[in-house]
Amino acid sequence: MNPVIEVRGAVKRYPGVTALGGVSLKIYPGEVVALIGENGAGKSTLMKTLGGLVQPDEGEILVDGKPTTIGSVSIASQLGIALIHQELNTLDNIDVAGNVFLGREPSKFGLIDRQKMRSDAKDLLTRLGLPISVDTNLQQLSLAQKQMVEIAKALSQNARVLIMDEPTSSLTLTETEQLLKIVNDLRKDGVGIVYISHRLAEVKEIADRVVAMRDGQNAGELDKSEITHDRMVKMMVGRDLDRAVASVEAQSGSERLVVHDLRTRRYPEQAVSFEVRSGEIFCLAGLVGAGRTEVVQTIFGTDPTIGGQILLDGKKVSANRPQDAIQAGICLVPEDRRSVGLIVEWSVKNNITLPGLNDFARFGLINRSHESEAAASQSKALGVKTPNIDALVSNLSGGNQQKVVVGKWMLQNPKVLILDEPTRGVDVGAKAEIYHLMRNLTEQGVSIIMVSSDMEEVLGVSDRIAVMHEGSITGTLTRDQFSEEAIMRLAVGKHAS
Amino acid sequence: MKGLLRKETGIFVLLLVVCIATSLKSPQFLGIENLQNTSRLIGMYGIFSIGAGIVIITSGIDLSVGSMFALLGVLLAIMLNEKHWSPLVAIPAVIGLGTALGIFHGFLITRVKLQPFIVTLCGLLFYRGIARFIADDQTKGFGDAVGFEGLQKFATGSVLGLPMPFFIFIILSAVMWVVLHRSVYGRHLFAVGRNEEAARFSGINTKRIIASAYILSGFLAGIAGIMIAFYTNSISPSSHGNFYELYGIAAAVLGGCSLRGGEGTIIGVILGTILLQVLQNLVNLLGIPSSLNFAVMGAVILLGVLADQLLNNRAATRRVKA
Repeated sequence: MNPVIEVRGAVKRYPGVTALGGVSLKIYPGEVVALIGENGAGKSTLMKTLGGLVQPDEGEILVDGKPTTIGSVSIASQLGIALIHQELNTLDNIDVAGNVFLGREPSKFGLIDRQKMRSDAKDLLTRLGLPISVDTNLQQLSLAQKQMVEIAKALSQNARVLIMDEPTSSLTLTETEQLLKIVNDLRKDGVGIVYISHRLAEVKEIADRVVAMRDGQNAGELDKSEITHDRMVKMMVGRDLDRAVASVEAQSGSERLVVHDLRTRRYPEQAVSFEVRSGEIFCLAGLVGAGRTEVVQTIFGTDPTIGGQILLDGKKVSANRPQDAIQAGICLVPEDRRSVGLIVEWSVKNNITLPGLNDFARFGLINRSHESEAAASQSKALGVKTPNIDALVSNLSGGNQQKVVVGKWMLQNPKVLILDEPTRGVDVGAKAEIYHLMRNLTEQGVSIIMVSSDMEEVLGVSDRIAVMHEGSITGTLTRDQFSEEAIMRLAVGKHAS
Repeated sequence: MKGLLRKETGIFVLLLVVCIATSLKSPQFLGIENLQNTSRLIGMYGIFSIGAGIVIITSGIDLSVGSMFALLGVLLAIMLNEKHWSPLVAIPAVIGLGTALGIFHGFLITRVKLQPFIVTLCGLLFYRGIARFIADDQTKGFGDAVGFEGLQKFATGSVLGLPMPFFIFIILSAVMWVVLHRSVYGRHLFAVGRNEEAARFSGINTKRIIASAYILSGFLAGIAGIMIAFYTNSISPSSHGNFYELYGIAAAVLGGCSLRGGEGTIIGVILGTILLQVLQNLVNLLGIPSSLNFAVMGAVILLGVLADQLLNNRAATRRVKA
């Protein structure tokens, strides 16, 4: 049998990063290929290449053995390739039938042929075994059902290859089973399925073949009979780590921050507890969606607290509003720096001084020369590369923007600094500077909580690592227990034995 | 910063051109009486336009002030002329009610999370209806102002040769300039308008800041409402203050406040107000049929915004090329 699609040596470079470094992949009809790999291994880029969203710089794609350029989403769908994103693309204000045929509504005399649309949609739902009416508004459906609607949409385009990116990441157990059953049925119908997932148990259950990716390259393949949990973890991790940062052994002091039974909105039934000592870099590791950002944003007060308590130096901190957290000495460098970390249309100076404006003010009026001095000296101390402090933040590079975010908290003399993905989108040089900065802070006794998905960073910078999986901490590792394998094992939900 | 300066230069030039053209056509324009009258109107309109501008800076909108003028005016007339309350009670009561309505809007917008447009649109309808109901749809007035003659001076009197409303407007503008451009509160206002989430993540109490804008708008509407009531001296509840909210919004937008929020200056709002009043004046002086009043204003605002957009686009292209 010939593969429906074959990718040969695909290369995709972005400024500063090589997302794909010569990946190959074959998809046969009627098989489920599971694509696994760490965050940032290049899985999504590869799938976007097939879906017509990304054009590879090198390499070729063969459809039915013929070299093909998938230049756009509509070409992909003509070729029978359907991509179901992790974030669903359904419209909540339209009914099921309308969503399935969105943009391809059957029409008569320029008017939508509702009858045909409804009956066709009905057939598809029956095929999927979905017991809902085609007139239901999507608003009333669960996430799993919406996903089924997406699948129905893919089938309506006669998809021969269905790519599913983390389809079960937000589904419950029963919903997952239902989805797996449908995947099974589609396989019997001869559809080739690429199943991207972090959940290795599911992969083991459904996959005919496992393809692992690492750093934008193929990292091995397993046939059905060879699939085991451990082998998959090994393939994903596999490389020798050249530690970018040799961290100094921390002088960890007394307990600074105690988080007790904290529950977040995303995982209200899971309680998270941990403590961070002064002068320590405590890392929350785990896969995307494990609930790490929710934990730190709840501590900072930008997410509502469902339950639990937070003690700073033995004193209870009210975690309902960020201003309380900042007052207490807890500051957050958020994951999304461009939209919530900074006001990018503002100057470096105005961003740095924003949280602590009252420190430069008398009777509510800003002393502008004080303000400028403080911003300038902070910007200089952190080595922000900017022509002057009145330059707009939007004109700075990612690394320099991140330094500005750190700078605005430095003026608040934080006791606990939380950094969520501190070096995402930051070039190598600035990365080292940020690590250096973090170490400087801990030497002054500041506690740091770092959320990171970058394995190298997690292992190289942290003093202690807590690994999260679906809202709870599955294990905490001390320096002598650090290994990529240990972290991956905990990240996919295997508790430390 | 340079962009903002340029934005004000633009409207300043436009204002200058309109003034020169009008005075050439009609020498009366620069006559002392006309200037006095126009500046009186500028004062009254300017006060509530500042409120409109502050709300717009937070990326909100306040549509309710015109109807508030009707409600406050009717109540003021009843209090003073029918109930014979002391002005010392009536004036604070009216300003207090304006402020209270602002608090109510702020509460609905920040706590109940309703959209500003809807909240203040409901205000626009509701206050107008209540004003008409209270007044039984009859015109209310102050008659000969027996017992509060001095009070009318707030609208019709002069200080240092300047009409009282204009004088008060200048003082309020100066205060608001400091508040907006030099105070911590002002910076927070711009931060919230530009990027509410980033402001919240910086520890700013965004709800309080947003609510405060509506409260300020209500407070300034209270002050302006009193002047406008005395200026017209008779308040017909179905038409008093009609469209005034739009004058305020137009002045703010002409003056460089972006409806997307986070942008605007007091100087800009002042220039915007002046331009609108000069246009009104121009229609009268040049003998343009007064039915064209709105058309002239609409056309000039459109031209102003159009020119601004074209200049912006050109600046953006230049940046890209550079």
